[in-house]
Amino acid sequence: MRRCRTGTKWRCYLRWRADSVSLTREPISPAALLAEVAAPECGGTCLFLGTVRDGPEDGGVTAIEYSAYDAMAAAELDRIRAEAMKRWPQARLAVRHRLGLVATEEASIGIAAAAPHRDDAFAVCRYVIEEVKRRLPVWKKELRADGTTLWVDPQGRPAVVGPE
Amino acid sequence: MVRVRFFARYAELVGREEMELELPLPATVADVVRQARRELPAARALPEHLLAAVNLQHVRLDAAVQDGDEVALLPPLAGG
Repeated sequence: MRRCRTGTKWRCYLRWRADSVSLTREPISPAALLAEVAAPECGGTCLFLGTVRDGPEDGGVTAIEYSAYDAMAAAELDRIRAEAMKRWPQARLAVRHRLGLVATEEASIGIAAAAPHRDDAFAVCRYVIEEVKRRLPVWKKELRADGTTLWVDPQGRPAVVGPE
Repeated sequence: MVRVRFFARYAELVGREEMELELPLPATVADVVRQARRELPAARALPEHLLAAVNLQHVRLDAAVQDGDEVALLPPLAGG
């Protein structure tokens, strides 16, 4: 348990609960995330869910297989949490990132951020998702309705080049 | 000795998830990648410029590598 600066044991427990970030192979429960960050001193709460998409140009995506460099992803997620808590010390944060097979419309990431005022709640939520996108060593393989699979490269750069 | 790990598409390309390399130290991540290409022909299919991590931290290709380090070669990230 991290050091607590807020006083009573009960508040320590809440503070510990409020900063939980992790990778999971279980479905994400928005209600559980919201419950983790709920606190009387917080007047604004943001919940972000990233879900597996099958848009008109996505080619019939039925699911995405998420894989990760587990140890580094957990460490990076914790670094992102620590940065957010340092920048917004009054905020409360809960993050879950799915690994394994995630079906279309299911959430692959859930972020709940609560703060005394809405500006900070929005800012924390935005900060965390952007840093996750930029830094988390997680990869996704799309499973298509026609049986094909495709590694996703969000930057659109060629992922493979020819031999030297 | 340095442990090299391959993930996702890169693991498929080189046909394995890790290898151990002996190379003169001090060395950089770029040296490790060059050595991997020499010892593992399939690794030549990896991009010239790639993301890398040493001991669970993102690093540039000119970062130093020490004996016992774990060097990870990371395909374009797609979390979230």
